Amino acid sequence: MINKKVNAVSDAVKGISDNMTFMLGGFGLSGIPENAIAALVKSGIKGLTCISNNAGVDDFGLGLLLQQKQIKKMVSSYVGENDEFERQMLSGELDVELIPQGTLAERCRAAQAGFPAIYTPAGYGTEVAEGKETREFDGKMYVLEHAFKADFAFVKAWKGDAAGNLIFKGTARNFNPVMCGAATITVAEVEELVPVGELDPNQIHIPGIFVQRIFQGEKYEKRIEQRTVRTRE
Amino acid sequence: MLDKTGIAKRIAKEVQDSYYVNLGIGIPTLVANYVRDDIEVEFQSENGVLGMGPFPFDGEEDADIINAGKQTITTLPGASFFDSAMSFSMIRGQHVHLTILGAMEVAENGDIANWKIPGKMVKGMGGAMDLVASAENIIVAMMHTNRAGASKLLKKCSLPLTGVGCVKKIVTNLAVLEVTEKGFKLLERAPGVTVEEIKQATEGTLIVEGDIPEMNI
Repeated sequence: MINKKVNAVSDAVKGISDNMTFMLGGFGLSGIPENAIAALVKSGIKGLTCISNNAGVDDFGLGLLLQQKQIKKMVSSYVGENDEFERQMLSGELDVELIPQGTLAERCRAAQAGFPAIYTPAGYGTEVAEGKETREFDGKMYVLEHAFKADFAFVKAWKGDAAGNLIFKGTARNFNPVMCGAATITVAEVEELVPVGELDPNQIHIPGIFVQRIFQGEKYEKRIEQRTVRTRE
Repeated sequence: MLDKTGIAKRIAKEVQDSYYVNLGIGIPTLVANYVRDDIEVEFQSENGVLGMGPFPFDGEEDADIINAGKQTITTLPGASFFDSAMSFSMIRGQHVHLTILGAMEVAENGDIANWKIPGKMVKGMGGAMDLVASAENIIVAMMHTNRAGASKLLKKCSLPLTGVGCVKKIVTNLAVLEVTEKGFKLLERAPGVTVEEIKQATEGTLIVEGDIPEMNI
């Protein structure tokens, strides 16, 4: 077994520096790497490019990095619900590249899987396709989208082991699996780091080969953005 | 004239047995409440769940189980979770049969705009561009006119596009319309709404052939 375990988040983020490109898992605030984000905030590094479906809310998730003005550019599909984000974007302090959600996922997956680029129909005929190569296949038009290049991918899983194997829970899975192995170094934080051999190999979502560092996260807040309930009859 | 619930009820009639359906945020989300209970349908949410159920009971909500609107949800027996790439494989690969989403503008050639108002609102397209570029069947749920009273059914969209030539059907508070090569074909009137009122509220080419029946909801 190749041991990927590190004991603290400070070891997990070793090597981060100004102007790097990071991938961060999560959809809204669900499945975000809370511990890694806290470490990035603490590090004070700046000029970051962050690839993440959303940009957090004002006081949580990537919103914490935005407040410290550590992010230079966001690559996302949806960035509502964040006033500070909007302010920085409209004032020109923050560069924002909005891309279709499926394209975001597939540009991660392409990087993970060794494809330089992929063709997708999403965005054809819109401003998203401007300046990009297009091609017709069987009478339908597609846009060429390139694989991402990133220095670190920060992902969050439910369970994992020292071999780097990961299991996700519910819709907190989202972008986390497609970012594993899509950057030079993938750092996984888990709610529960279990002894090697305990996870059933049949149930592994992401094999450890895609993960360079894994650590036991702590104090997960798991905030809910839109608490919607029904009343009992 | 229909309210938002009425629009959802009318669209629910388009949902057929064995359909996998993706519902957008807003009026489309309401459609799930009105699908006939004698058919089997599974709802997909692009953040990674198939087989969505109703909202959880108070106290049973789980931060790890949400829909694409970031609302807490539940799952039904037979449900599954998956990653974002697989989710869009379902959508791009046309395994999802029907997409229902909202719009700011629809053009008579089926173009749709629903993600950006330059200088005002820039929240992003989320999964909308992937959905409209790939879905075989797209129904738009929206009000016929905007808050200023201007038509949302246009000859040409004025806002940045989400997709080109993709909308098949539109259900508004006033009418059901089909996008054809010649323009918006009027299929049904909302209860109490006249063809003349629909004409007035439609900037794009409106095709009216024969008697237009009132919706049966």
